[in-house]
Amino acid sequence: MSKEEKKVNRRDFLFTASYTVGAVGLGAVIWPMIDQMNPDKAQQALATTEVDISSIEPGKSITVLWRGKPIFIKKRTSEEIAEARAVKLDDLPDPQKDEDRVKEGKDEWLVMLGVCTHLGCVPLKDKGDFNGWFCPCHGSHYDVSGRIRKGPAPTNMEIPKFEFVNSNTIKIG
Amino acid sequence: MIKSNQRLFVLFFLLLIPFKPIQSAEMAEPIKVDWSFKGLTGTFDRASLQRGFQVYKEVCASCHSMQYLSYRNLGEPGGPEFSKQEVKAIAASFEIEDGPDSQGEMFTRPGKPSDKFKSPYPNVQAAIAANGGAYPPDMSVLVKARKGGANYIYSVLVGYEDPPPGVTLDDGVYYNKYMAGNKIKMPNNLMDGLVEYADGTESTVDQMAMDVTTFLAWAAEPELEERHKTGVKVIIYLVLLTILVYLSMKKIWSRVDSEI
Amino acid sequence: MSEHEYVPKSKAAKWFNDRLPLLTLGAHLTDYPTPKNLNYWWTFGGILTFCLITQIVTGIVLAMHYVAHADLAFASVEHIMRDVNYGWLIRYIHSNGASMFFLAVYIHIFRSLFYGSYKSPREVIWIIGLMIYLLMMAAAFMGYVLPWGQMSFWGATVITNLFSAIPLVGDSITTWLWGAYSVDNPTLNRFFSLHYLIPFLILGLVVLHIWALHVPGNNNPVGIDIKKPSKDTVPFHPYITIKDAFALLVFMIIFAGFVFFTPNVLGHSDNYIPANPLVTPAHIVPEWYLLPFYAILRSVPDKLGGVILMFSAIFILFVLPWLDTSKVRSAVFRPIYRQFFWILVIDVLMLGYVGAMPAEGVYLVLARVGTIYYFLHFIVVMPVVGYLEKTDPIPMSISEPVLSGGAEPSIARKVDDKV
Repeated sequence: MSKEEKKVNRRDFLFTASYTVGAVGLGAVIWPMIDQMNPDKAQQALATTEVDISSIEPGKSITVLWRGKPIFIKKRTSEEIAEARAVKLDDLPDPQKDEDRVKEGKDEWLVMLGVCTHLGCVPLKDKGDFNGWFCPCHGSHYDVSGRIRKGPAPTNMEIPKFEFVNSNTIKIG
Repeated sequence: MIKSNQRLFVLFFLLLIPFKPIQSAEMAEPIKVDWSFKGLTGTFDRASLQRGFQVYKEVCASCHSMQYLSYRNLGEPGGPEFSKQEVKAIAASFEIEDGPDSQGEMFTRPGKPSDKFKSPYPNVQAAIAANGGAYPPDMSVLVKARKGGANYIYSVLVGYEDPPPGVTLDDGVYYNKYMAGNKIKMPNNLMDGLVEYADGTESTVDQMAMDVTTFLAWAAEPELEERHKTGVKVIIYLVLLTILVYLSMKKIWSRVDSEI
Repeated sequence: MSEHEYVPKSKAAKWFNDRLPLLTLGAHLTDYPTPKNLNYWWTFGGILTFCLITQIVTGIVLAMHYVAHADLAFASVEHIMRDVNYGWLIRYIHSNGASMFFLAVYIHIFRSLFYGSYKSPREVIWIIGLMIYLLMMAAAFMGYVLPWGQMSFWGATVITNLFSAIPLVGDSITTWLWGAYSVDNPTLNRFFSLHYLIPFLILGLVVLHIWALHVPGNNNPVGIDIKKPSKDTVPFHPYITIKDAFALLVFMIIFAGFVFFTPNVLGHSDNYIPANPLVTPAHIVPEWYLLPFYAILRSVPDKLGGVILMFSAIFILFVLPWLDTSKVRSAVFRPIYRQFFWILVIDVLMLGYVGAMPAEGVYLVLARVGTIYYFLHFIVVMPVVGYLEKTDPIPMSISEPVLSGGAEPSIARKVDDKV
């Protein structure tokens, strides 16, 4: 090793390279520690649920669990559908047609995430001022299409991705 | 000795690592197989994994559970990599108990990819009772749970022999030179042509033993391929950074009149 | 490099520093005058800090997925290995990290023994270090129990049964440790709790360890007191930090080699068999880092005697600073002690080796010889050699090859080369 005094530039390429490469590595190490908290493979595999809907009477609904959250599946009567479609879009805080919330040709089936869009409580069925759902936590009223009508919730209840496998079975997710 | 103090120091600590207990029970050394998944860049042979799964399903699964595996694993990268449809079909070919339903009853339904492998017995006691007092071990991590790993499993599968003269065996006990004590309660289940491989490979005992062992090695270490790939990258990265830091260190220490 | 009072530059920094002198502490750590002749054996302090932090971080992460229940623990470990994102990586870092931690700590301890770092005025550093070592063993042992495999279960059974050797109250203590009448679910639960606690105790002791180090300053290969700061010292940053970083990276390459290419070689295959209270594995051994003590335990044909001797093997180290009578610190200048030092190293390695072997025949004889030497080394060799040994001349300072005695300068150069 040389013993003479050398002028070393602190912004030397070597130091910059070392710091940069080191920082990249640190980032690469931090990612697994963060990603491990995301849903694991077993959770992801359960992301779809098939539900038998053959036994639901018109006007009745069932609640099933999907990804740890309730899904409301309601078979609506023709009066209820008519009621939902009679509402003027201007009266809605989050305007959306009832037709856009159901599958075409299966208009009686309302499949939605039973979670209030305010702060995540589960609304009660057949309650509230609009013949639909009412969230007891902070008083949000939903209509028979699951749209927000009154109260603090900002948006309509969410429609999950789902499809009819056959006329008796739907697959959620 | 004094001069090379530090080198000796290193040497001794390195020597410390490979010390492993010796096996005292009488058994032959397992056959050394040149597995494709050995080594720093080893990967599994997909075709062999798929055949191995077939052997497991048709031969082993009647006694051995693999309770930590799910059907979906068969389609995941680094494994047998069956297609989505194949995995669904495999899963659906098993009747899985589910429930309770809204009446509180348990019911069976076709399996889904998210289901765990169906076990042949409801519990350990039932497995022991059905197998003459010997528990057929769960095979999820069997390769990691046996000294000698894949070599050992393969050796036992092909190691059945007639007992040498002077050795008497009880009913339901078989002679196997690779087994500790040379006695095994599992009969020799493999014979040439036992399974009909979907890919047309000839199903000799050796082929089936290789395939099912490969499958079990994957089952025990499904992360192996990802681990090897990541490992190579990590080591290259670390070596690069080490060189950079070494040069930086030389530079910094050149300001001081000292050795490093 | 100087010790003069640190003054923050900005007003805000000064305001904060007057209330909590963190910046002063930072400046102290950066400028801390360190002997410039520290060799690579001195980099293991930094490496050990890295090991501790790695174990704590990966451990916290694993605890998010692990289930401390006798029926679920084994399955939850498999869940981590198979389903959790990067779970296999994190678990293998944690399990191999324990071994790497012990590898580093043993080098650190033997470095201290060779260069006399435990001697006055550094006795307190040494004793805190031993407390850390004891806690490390406790943490490692309990961590090994958590996967609830066969070795976990039977290791826990054997180690907790050590306490039953205590006369009169032994059985009550063992039952109390178990919370049951054998190693069982309550045992697993409390071990998990303590396994999570201990690393933070270690972290606290590490702070004290470093604090105690910064009072007298570092020892060094020459073992002489250094006026600081002086021509013989360099500021900790960047000189020591960069050197530690380099050594750490080399260490990490070895670490990564284990994690990615032979993650189970340091473990025992039987621990992938779920715990079974009805069947003991044919050959039960502790993890490699506890083997020397295991050999000492088994070398005594008496239950209580074995336990006492095993614990004595550790506790004798606590009085080491007072057993060593030599005025000279570094073994570099102690030709006789140096020989005995290497005999001790070989002795401990041999004990580790026979600890892994069946306790019979020649192994038992070797274990007994090894145990006898281990204690002789500390009780007889250290005090006696310290009195009788004629030490080599010691240089006056690191930079100047001036000797306190009148020996030839060649020795001094040899010393310089070595360090």
